[in-house]
Amino acid sequence: MTLSTFKRLLFTILCLSVYSFGFASDAKASEKDGEFNAKDMIMHHVKDAYGMHILTLNEGKADEKHITIPLPVILYTDNGFTTFMSSEFHHDYHGEVVVEKNGNRFVNVHEKIYQLNDGETQVQLDEEGHPTNASVPLDISVTRNVFMMWVSVIVLLLLFFSAARRYKKSENNVPSGVASFVEPLIVFVRDEIAKPMIGEHKYKKYMPYLLTVFFFIWLNNIFGLIPILNGANLSGNIAFTMVLAIFTFIITTVSGNKNYWKHIFWMPGVPVPMKIFLMPIEIIGIFTKPISLMIRLFANITAGHIIILALMSLIFIFKSVAVAPVSVAFALFIGIIEIVVTAIQAYIFTVLSALYFGMATEEAHH
Amino acid sequence: MDLIKPGFGLVFWTVVTFIILLILLRKFAWKPILGAVSEREEGIKEALASAENARKEMENLKADNERILQEARTERESMLKEAREIKEKTIARAETEAQERANKIIEKAQAAIESEKKAAMAELKNHVADLSIEIAEKVVRAELSNKDRQLGLVEDMLDETKLN
Amino acid sequence: MTITGIAAIGAGLAAIGAGVGIGKIGGSAMEAMARQPEMHGKIQSSALILAAFVEAVALFGVVASLIV
Repeated sequence: MTLSTFKRLLFTILCLSVYSFGFASDAKASEKDGEFNAKDMIMHHVKDAYGMHILTLNEGKADEKHITIPLPVILYTDNGFTTFMSSEFHHDYHGEVVVEKNGNRFVNVHEKIYQLNDGETQVQLDEEGHPTNASVPLDISVTRNVFMMWVSVIVLLLLFFSAARRYKKSENNVPSGVASFVEPLIVFVRDEIAKPMIGEHKYKKYMPYLLTVFFFIWLNNIFGLIPILNGANLSGNIAFTMVLAIFTFIITTVSGNKNYWKHIFWMPGVPVPMKIFLMPIEIIGIFTKPISLMIRLFANITAGHIIILALMSLIFIFKSVAVAPVSVAFALFIGIIEIVVTAIQAYIFTVLSALYFGMATEEAHH
Repeated sequence: MDLIKPGFGLVFWTVVTFIILLILLRKFAWKPILGAVSEREEGIKEALASAENARKEMENLKADNERILQEARTERESMLKEAREIKEKTIARAETEAQERANKIIEKAQAAIESEKKAAMAELKNHVADLSIEIAEKVVRAELSNKDRQLGLVEDMLDETKLN
Repeated sequence: MTITGIAAIGAGLAAIGAGVGIGKIGGSAMEAMARQPEMHGKIQSSALILAAFVEAVALFGVVASLIV
């Protein structure tokens, strides 16, 4: 018992140091002009990027060295597809390095790639930092969020394929190993989310979607909390939550039965003026449901990241090591809450999706 | 502002990745896992149901046994009762028969006594008549000789012959 | 005052509303759980769902202030 307590303590200290270390390197990265800008650092962290930046060695010296996993940039321009590695920008995101490929010139301005207009060799920025002589090409680069998404997919596939294999191997379908770890979660999604929200008879059809969404969101939420991955803020990215919300919306709309549409266009059981009054509200409701799903997940996860980063920024804003213990303690506290939030947000997204499916397939009960 | 503008690249890759993930997991993970879990649950449910059935059968059996036992008991009871009734009836009949016979015997005896008595009375009457005639003869004879003698004679006669 | 300042105040007001709402939900859920400990799981999950609904409104406010 004492040994395990000790181990746990050691692990906590390790996590804590990695935690502060990871964010510290992130904070330093945005200290280019000497003056620390917390907002820039936080936004840079929360938004997507073209490379997986791990850490910077010899910060601010001549032999400054960035340790980064370069990721492919894929652009579609008038000259067709253009691909190159993100390392060609040399970690520049101020538009200083111009990459010439396929007859076009590209710059990276705040982790957004712009294509310079013909004949231009230097990007010109307006007061707000937006380029004036460049356009945005169609960009399907494998950014760090896409990269982390694929990592999470690999983890999910490994986890659940091996779990499924465990069942095949066992004789009486008794779970063992990984299977005994994932089975309670799967049964939880089935018994606590799908069955009560959709109903005993129809829930089976939606189980694959609900399970996939639940674990996909949860794992990516957790990845967002691991500091060394340095800002894998996939589930805090509105593009990601939008796609999932749209999937829920499509499934709800497709599986909506007569009763569902009747409740939207001609609410039964209320007087006619009320029916006319309710119709637009209900029609708006169809769209606000997925929108609220999208914004809830995005805002919760992003807010968590911003709070932790803001607490860490205090050290650099006050330029004092004395603030560090307070910052780290608070960030740790928020971090622990965030661990709970990762699960809660995955749960809420899944529950509400199931609730909407249940509403769409509910039979009339009069 | 940039924060809430979905980037096309990420949307594209998320759609592609999510659909592939959904298809792969659905086919190779959720189906076997959910199938195994529900199969096992079915098995447990079945086992429980069969146990319940066995228990019910056992109970039925027990109830049957109880019923049969009860029936046997009531049968025995009724048989005993019947036997007792028969016994009582037999005894009662025997008693009445005995009584009747005794009554008859007594009646016969009384009748016999009565007839004996009558016969005895008749004989006595005859006897008295004979005696009376004898006395009358003797009286008549004595009368003829002496008056005193006659009286004395009657006295003697009466002393001699006493009605028994 | 700049437009971003006003937007920040709006976001703050939205947060106050959501705070009150979620606080009420949490308080009632706690009370209900204390009264009926055997319903603990059900009360908790429905409280979470309701809190999510309330929170969504606040988040709309936050996003609206992010847009300006």
